[in-house]
Amino acid sequence: MYDFLLPDMGATAPILLVALIGVVLVVVDSFSNDSASIPWLSGAVLVAAITIELARVGVTDSAFMGHVMSGGFASFVNVVILLGALGSVILSVPYLSRTGHNFGEVHALILIATAGMMVLANAGSLITLFVGLETMSICLYVLTGLVRDNERANESALKYFLLGAFSTGFFLYGIALLYGATGTMMLSDMPAALVETGRTGFFAGGVALLLIGFFFKVSAVPFHMWTPDVYQGAPTTLAGFMSTASKTAAFAALILVLGRILPLDDVGLDTRHVLAIVAAITMVVGNVLALAQRNIKRMLAYSSIAHAGYILTGLAAGALGYAGALYYLLAYTVMNIGAFGVMSVLEWDGKQGAEQTIDSLAGIGSRKPLLGVAMGVFMFALSGFPPLAGFFGKYFVFAAAVDAGLTWLALIGVLASVVSAYYYLRVLVAFWMKKPEDAHVSVQSAAFDVPLFSKVVLVACVAALIALGIVPGFITEAAGAFFVTPEATALLP
Amino acid sequence: MHTTVLLILILPLALAAFNGLMGLFVPAYRKNEWLIGGLGTLAVAIPFVLTVKLFLGFHGEAEVVHFFTWMAAGDLQIEFAYRIDQLSLVMTLVVTGVGALIHLYSIGYMHGDSGYWRFFAYLNLFIFAMLNLVLAENLLVLFLGWEGVGLCSYLLIGFWYTDLKNSAAANKAFIVNRIGDFAFLLAMFVIFAVVTGKTDGAFGLDFTTLLAPETLGLFGAGTLLAVALLFFVGATGKSAQIPLFVWLPDAMAGPTPVSALIHAATMVTSGLYLLARLSPMVLMAPTAMTIIAIVGALTAIMAATIAITQNDIKRVLAYSTVSQLGYMFLAAGVGAYFVAIFHVMTHAFFKACLFLGSGSVIHGMHEVEHELEHKGFLGSHGKSEEEDPLMAVELPYEGKFDAQDMRTMGGLKRFMPLTRWTFLIATLAIAGIPPLAGFFSKDEILFKAFELGYNGHVWSYFVWIIGLVTAVLTAIYMTRAYLLTFEGTPRWPDAMDTKPHESPWTMTVPLVVLAALSVVGGFVGLPAVLGGSEIHHFLVHDGHGPVAEPHHEFHVPVAIEWGLLFLGLAIAAGGVLFAWFVIRWGSRGPEADTSVKRFFGPLYGTFSRKYSVDEIYQKWVVNPVVNSARKIFAPFDESAVDGAVNGVAKLVQGIALRLRGIQTGVVQHYALALVLGVVVVLALMLLG
Amino acid sequence: MELALNWYLSLSAVLFVIGVLGVLLRRNAIVIFLSIELMLNAANLALVAFSQTFGDVNGQVLVFFVMSVAAAEVAVGLAIIIALFRNKETVNVNEINLFRG
Repeated sequence: MYDFLLPDMGATAPILLVALIGVVLVVVDSFSNDSASIPWLSGAVLVAAITIELARVGVTDSAFMGHVMSGGFASFVNVVILLGALGSVILSVPYLSRTGHNFGEVHALILIATAGMMVLANAGSLITLFVGLETMSICLYVLTGLVRDNERANESALKYFLLGAFSTGFFLYGIALLYGATGTMMLSDMPAALVETGRTGFFAGGVALLLIGFFFKVSAVPFHMWTPDVYQGAPTTLAGFMSTASKTAAFAALILVLGRILPLDDVGLDTRHVLAIVAAITMVVGNVLALAQRNIKRMLAYSSIAHAGYILTGLAAGALGYAGALYYLLAYTVMNIGAFGVMSVLEWDGKQGAEQTIDSLAGIGSRKPLLGVAMGVFMFALSGFPPLAGFFGKYFVFAAAVDAGLTWLALIGVLASVVSAYYYLRVLVAFWMKKPEDAHVSVQSAAFDVPLFSKVVLVACVAALIALGIVPGFITEAAGAFFVTPEATALLP
Repeated sequence: MHTTVLLILILPLALAAFNGLMGLFVPAYRKNEWLIGGLGTLAVAIPFVLTVKLFLGFHGEAEVVHFFTWMAAGDLQIEFAYRIDQLSLVMTLVVTGVGALIHLYSIGYMHGDSGYWRFFAYLNLFIFAMLNLVLAENLLVLFLGWEGVGLCSYLLIGFWYTDLKNSAAANKAFIVNRIGDFAFLLAMFVIFAVVTGKTDGAFGLDFTTLLAPETLGLFGAGTLLAVALLFFVGATGKSAQIPLFVWLPDAMAGPTPVSALIHAATMVTSGLYLLARLSPMVLMAPTAMTIIAIVGALTAIMAATIAITQNDIKRVLAYSTVSQLGYMFLAAGVGAYFVAIFHVMTHAFFKACLFLGSGSVIHGMHEVEHELEHKGFLGSHGKSEEEDPLMAVELPYEGKFDAQDMRTMGGLKRFMPLTRWTFLIATLAIAGIPPLAGFFSKDEILFKAFELGYNGHVWSYFVWIIGLVTAVLTAIYMTRAYLLTFEGTPRWPDAMDTKPHESPWTMTVPLVVLAALSVVGGFVGLPAVLGGSEIHHFLVHDGHGPVAEPHHEFHVPVAIEWGLLFLGLAIAAGGVLFAWFVIRWGSRGPEADTSVKRFFGPLYGTFSRKYSVDEIYQKWVVNPVVNSARKIFAPFDESAVDGAVNGVAKLVQGIALRLRGIQTGVVQHYALALVLGVVVVLALMLLG
Repeated sequence: MELALNWYLSLSAVLFVIGVLGVLLRRNAIVIFLSIELMLNAANLALVAFSQTFGDVNGQVLVFFVMSVAAAEVAVGLAIIIALFRNKETVNVNEINLFRG
């Protein structure tokens, strides 16, 4: 009777594996005082999952009666999510040890959140969409408030939790309305159902509320306001995790939703103008407010808002922009993990960097050349400087927007990028062009070692950004294939 | 071919990486100046030799060298490919040739600098980026180089970053350039959107496909105008034209070899290169051409008038560069792209020579400064002049001793003969004295402007007249710079006993070579009446070459052509003689400026204030954006928005303030914003 | 007698709006959280009503998921609020604004 289970479990093996090990870690952590093996275990399972997903990028499959996608697009996105998780896990070990919060459950929570993200990004139905979203979110609430004796961390966690749950309310209501409009939970059945009913108020409202849930998770303006407060208060490496993996998952799910139920001209519902307007506001507000920040984590938070705007620009361009958006997500994951990674290494004040302003970093570059060079690469990549990966991300999404007739949106994006160069550059000026004496910290307290693990991740990120920039072809080819081949049409009807 | 091109490109990159990484991680390596400098110079000299080989073996057919497929996404397939043709060969020769000389010069000039290794790493990286720019086969590889040279320029302007002024200049250059860069980017998107899907196979923004007549036929007139203008905006950023020229004079904060290489000879001409490369396309947008010519002419005369009032030797040369770049755009605008490239080449020779000469002078004046400090005439570090009034000396101007100020120079010809002769030759070349290089290229530009006017485009006469006036001004201010620096009597304190010396051979050899090139460089582009232009034949190639030119119905009669030739000669010689013997900057020194002041009256003030462009930008653009952002954590500052700041600034400031005011920190306000967003999105979806 | 679908949906909409207003107007973090739960249950009601109308079980399956997710959320949310209360001795959201700008 359960014959179908085995192949299904095979198809979703990476998700199950990550979730299972996450649960195992909780048990191991409560029975063993030695938590040194836990990070190794979680790193190993992530690597294993990446390996499996890489092998499955070529196939297109689904599992559990279509509730979960597998292979192809799903595998590609899972790889990005898992890479973000892997980077965060490795960076977190030295970081949390130094701040005295290297609990085993951190890794358990990261793994379970990762599993949730993969479920979200691979969703084939509204049910899996909701379950994935919530699994991810609840773990992230806990991770944000990890330093529970710190007022700021508490505040971040509370804000994230209240607003996240609030947006979930809208999201769920959107699901209910969509279900009511179409009579099905399966994304792939919706177009057929819609052809029968035509466009209804329920459907339009449901789509709107669903979009709002996604806008919140990717921190698009005006649903972005939690982002800076949460990133600033959360442990730095975990803020990096949130800003990359969870956004990737939410964007992937958004692409699935847009691609599967919304490009229907016969329904007469055009989401493009909503996406375009939100993208424009997001790019402008994100960049202008980033310009105003002196705290680097806060600046990175606004920068991540701005980047969400760029990616939304790609989505607004419709099918043309999806492949570009996928590339962007990969590039963005690598550069943001790196930037947050550098900041995590530079935290010597014991305040989780909540007060780490641009002035406290004067002259770091010449004292720690590796950090300085790495940060230089990340900042230039974030500002979209060729030939680094960030440039091609922008290039693809803006080119797609112009191609789709949204020249005004590309123009706004390009102008917003000009502004962004200013604040990214300012970090580098502080790193390289100021004297260490200008920093507000004494030299002794700033005498620290860069942990080996952090070095490895940072160097890997730098190498990846350069490699992705010089040979972006194999990624774009893979990503483009999801949206043009016959299998892709099956995936995205 | 494949290997040669690869070597040309890879050597500068490899040595940049080697010097950079070794310097960064092996502190002991930083001391080996000769090794660092020698490797750095070889990394450019070898590519030069290879380019010469390519040039000699060139048979007139463009060749494309593919390395690998850069990216493929749907209809887009971009190759990492380079193009060897007449235009790219000329530019590569200039870049590597002048580049190698400047590297050699830097070995001596940068001696003793703590960032020696960094300097050569950046300089090699620059050469690599510049080669990408000129050799690129498609717009995206070109853009890669375009951004790369911008980055290197930024790094090198801010090279002595401990001086806050320098990093400010670097930031200014970078930001201003970004504006141009993004116009470039938009132009690429538009091209892609128009062309893609309509050609055989995938389109890779490559020049072969793009500039084919059938592809150009896909563009409507309006689109073509938009694309041409966007590229021109990109070019104004990089090549310092109105309105984006403000960064270039400030960029002189970088070391002098950088000014010579990047901000005179190569990078700033990349805008011209871009227009020349796309000339078949730009020619089809006549309105854009007119705008380019007029902007170029206005930039030329504006910068020339500023140059005549400057006292800092490098600033004179900087404004002179802006002015000459304006000339080149003028040439491009009247359709004479090959002359623009010709002038790029001759300008690279004499302007690099002038900058390096000024570097040599500054080098000598630093020697004077140190000696004076040593003797106690100048307040040395930590001891200001006020503390020791007895030892303070009279300077011809207020403030501290400045090794770049021409008012403290004078009479240097006795101490630095080689520098003096090369500087004089280059000065005469830029002034346009035959048979030096500048005469031929400048004369050809003016002739082409006249020819267009002769063919019925009356505005071109206007451009031609501006060009003539600028030519007079150029001759005057360059002669002034030469006279103030080298002629007359020394004006620095204690001049009897404090003497500068000629620079070492690594610095003078490049000077001599460049001066020689300034003498003979013009002969490749003789005017038609004197036998015809080699470079015209080479670049345009009867319509088969990479550079296009418009078809003129009427030919200017030979008599008029001779007349124009002599007019050019008269103007140049007149300017030089006027400055030398009438105003007499040599014997009268800076006093002679009063004659100019009297001549221009109140206009002189406008010139010397540089038309207040910086101040206007500061007030209208920079302040509103930067300050409003910076003020965010401070309470609202009344004085920041007083009467001086206009309405636009107030608006922008208000927006930024209100924007951050929304982020109150109270979670319910966030929830409220979210709900408002919900209402808007719902409304859009339900009604739209 | 069977109630029409519209009645259920109207009740659900009213509950949802009450929930939203509660979030916007109340100052106590716990009450805000309760209002959010109200929103979730409004959605649940709509789901069950649709499910009943369509004769399709999927809607009710989702309701079970929502209930268990809500339970998890309660656990996490109360933990966060308690941790905050230990440090600040207040659960008034107006007083929790260290981060802004």
